[in-house]
Parts: sequence; structure tokens; C-alpha cells
Amino acid sequence: MSLLELAWDILPSLLKATTVTLELTGISIAIGLILGILLALGRLYGNKPIYALATAYVEFIRGTPLLVQLFIFYFGLPSIGINISPFFSALAAFSLNSGAYQAEYFRGAIQSIKGGQMLAARSIGMSRFKGIVFIVIPQALRLVIPSWSNELIYLVKYSSLAYMVQVPELMARGKIIASRNFRTFEVFLVVAFIYLIVVLILSKILDLVEEKVKIPGLGT
Amino acid sequence: MLSNPPILLLKNIHKSYGTEEVLKGVSFELNKGETKVLIGPSGTGKSTLLRCINQLTPPDQGEVWLNGTELTDSKVDINKARQQMGMVFQHFNLFAHLDALNNVKLGLTKVKGMNEEEAKSKAIEELERVGLSTQASSYPAQLSGGQQQRVGIARALAMDPKLMLFDEPTSALDPELIGEVLEVMIDLAEAGMTMLVVTHEMGFARSVCDEIIFLENGKIVEQGSPRQFFESPEHKRTQGFLDKISELYGGAER
Repeated sequence: MSLLELAWDILPSLLKATTVTLELTGISIAIGLILGILLALGRLYGNKPIYALATAYVEFIRGTPLLVQLFIFYFGLPSIGINISPFFSALAAFSLNSGAYQAEYFRGAIQSIKGGQMLAARSIGMSRFKGIVFIVIPQALRLVIPSWSNELIYLVKYSSLAYMVQVPELMARGKIIASRNFRTFEVFLVVAFIYLIVVLILSKILDLVEEKVKIPGLGT
Repeated sequence: MLSNPPILLLKNIHKSYGTEEVLKGVSFELNKGETKVLIGPSGTGKSTLLRCINQLTPPDQGEVWLNGTELTDSKVDINKARQQMGMVFQHFNLFAHLDALNNVKLGLTKVKGMNEEEAKSKAIEELERVGLSTQASSYPAQLSGGQQQRVGIARALAMDPKLMLFDEPTSALDPELIGEVLEVMIDLAEAGMTMLVVTHEMGFARSVCDEIIFLENGKIVEQGSPRQFFESPEHKRTQGFLDKISELYGGAER
């Protein structure tokens, strides 16, 4: 059986698993987005305890391997009586992990907002909270896109770690197929190709979004 | 009979940054319709004083009264009070993600709670007032410095302030763009707006303002009418400063 025939043969099964990969990535990046914005705001505008808490969280997550975090959720939670499915333990680990990284991207984006706008907002009687909602966040969301697309791409690929905790995603499916037909090399070539296509599509979409929400007159 | 309280009354304002005392007891008042110009060497506390007035930088000591209300009172709703004091910044500080119309409109909808339609027509009116109604849909990055500053003025005016504070509104502008901003300010002063202006534009000071206040090292050195100021300043330092300024900015003839 040629590579193409093999690919054609295993593709339906792999694509089905790809939906799990996309679900896992999509939900994690969304939860991480909200968490990341809150953490970044906490580090930039929070009082001392909030700042300390947000900073400690970010440093802890960034200072430990994702796989270790994943195992903590998968093996650790049941040992204290919390039973969640493999999918949810992976989801929790990826969301919390991504939140920390996204917090740093957002912090950078917020800090690069042209200065004095918050001052201007306060000077027309806007509260700090409204200033954050109407001035800071709309601009940060635009500025963050280039670095944020890195995070999305990383997360698509790192979601393959979920195979270690029995989540039936793309990598896991590839491993199962390979262990049955012994054509490991070809199977993982196909798996790699699927990841590549997913990543290319996502980065193209983000490029279009970036172009669409660009502030007229700014940048090139 | 009590006369109306001044629009702005400053009593003994002190402000320090760390060990450095920037303002060392500044007091003056501004009555309705008056325009006063604040001059002085850089680093002398002029911008800090403006920010002490609208409490963006709360003073350490002293009182700020706006139209009979004490702003330095901790019970005052400062967000409400700030709506009555428009502020214009040296670097414009326009909201970069909003076009000119929405820069002016934002405060109306989100602070004053006006509905969209009302806010829009009010914003257009204010843009017309500064001569920019044709640029309503331009973004800050598409406007010249002078146009941006005029949007900044319209944004502040839209809140219907009782007092306008100008913090070196023309110092960041190319020389050929200064005129259009000054023109708007002159119109405003002539229309009866109460204004406090930090500027080095002596032409503006001479032709428009009621009083010049010379601030140096955190203290008022001299204050008086433009005529008295330019023709017979009481203090040597004032004279020295005016000479330096006219050398740099082309004097009061403009």
C-alpha cells in the first residue's frame, strides 16, 4: 500500500480525532483568554495582594512543564477525591497554562498602548473601570494578535500531550493506528501533515482578523 | 450681598514627589469668563498644578474649589466633578482606536449616559465648533497634530465644562499648525469660556488673557494683567523669563 493509499485509508479516523484536538484547543484558548486578560489587568492595575497573586500564578505556571501540570490534574485530582474525565483534566491543565502565557502577551499589549489615554479618559470623568473596558481592552485586543497567534499555534501542537492521559485526540489516534499496522513512520507523517494544515489555516484566519480590525492610519 | 463664588479657587496648594516639593503653596482664583495664563520655566510645577486642580494628581495639602464645591474633600464624587473641567493635553491623548467623532462621543454616551443619536449630533456640533466636521470619520493617526489637538478640545468641550484646563496645548505642534489651535482657543475665550492655560505663546497671553501668573520653583512670583506684565514687570526674574521666551518663541507680537 502506497503512502497515499495508506493516508486515504486512515484519514477519516484521524480527522475524527482532529475534532477532539480542535475542541480541546478551542475551549482552552478561550478560557485562557479570559483568564489571561484578568491576570494581566491584575498585574497592571491591581492592588498589592492582587498583583502578588497574579504574578505568583504566572511565574508558577511558566516555571513548570506543561506535562507536569497535566499529570497533576490527571493523577492529582482523583487522589483528593475529585474525579474528572481525561478530557476535562487536559482541558483544565491547558486552560490554566495558556492563561498564564496569554497574561504576559496581554500585559505587553496593554503597556504598548499609546500613553496618556487613560489620563484623558479620567479627565472627562470616566471611572478607571470604564477606562479599562472602553479604552484599554479594545486596543489591547488588537495589539495582542501577533503574539497571541503564537500562543494559539503552540496550543494546537501542545494539545498532542493529551495523548499521555488517554484523551482520544489526533496524536493518540495516530499512535493507536500505528500500533496496529506497524507503519509508524507513514502514520505520523500523515498526523504531522494534519497538524500543519490546521496551523496554517488558523494563522491565515488570524492574519485576516488582524487586517480587519486594524486601526486606520496606524502601522503599515 | 454675596457675589457668585469664583469658578475656580485654589488655596495654598502643596505637592511633593518624594522629597522634592514641586508646589509650595499656590493660591489664586478664576472668575467666570476669565482666561488666565500660567507661565514659568519647565519643571516648575505648571502641569502638576493643572493636574492638582482636576485631582488627576491629588495635592498633599491645600484646597481646590470648583464653583463652590470643594474637590479636595474626600466625599466629593470626583468623576462627576471632572466632567465640569475639560482638560487638553500637550500630546493630545486621543483614543487611538476611535475616529474623531467617537473620540468626542465616548464621554457623552459612557459618562453622561446620553443616547446614541443625541450624543452623535452633539459630537458633530463640537467638531464643527473646532472646524473639523469634515474629518469626523478620520482616526487620530490620520490627522495632523493640529487637527488632533482640536479633536482633543472638542472632546473636552462636549462634556459642557465650566472650566477648561490647557496643558501646553501647542508645544508639541509644528510651528505652522500652532495657529489653528490658538484660533480655536481664542474663539473659546471670546465666547466666554473660563480658561486656565499653561503656554509659552506670549501672543495668545497678550491678546486674550485677563491675567498672567508667573510660576517659578513651585511658587507664584508675580501675577498681573498682560499689559503690566510685558511693560513693567515687578520682578527681575519675570523680565528675565520673558526675554528668554521671546527669544525662543518670537515674542508677543504675534
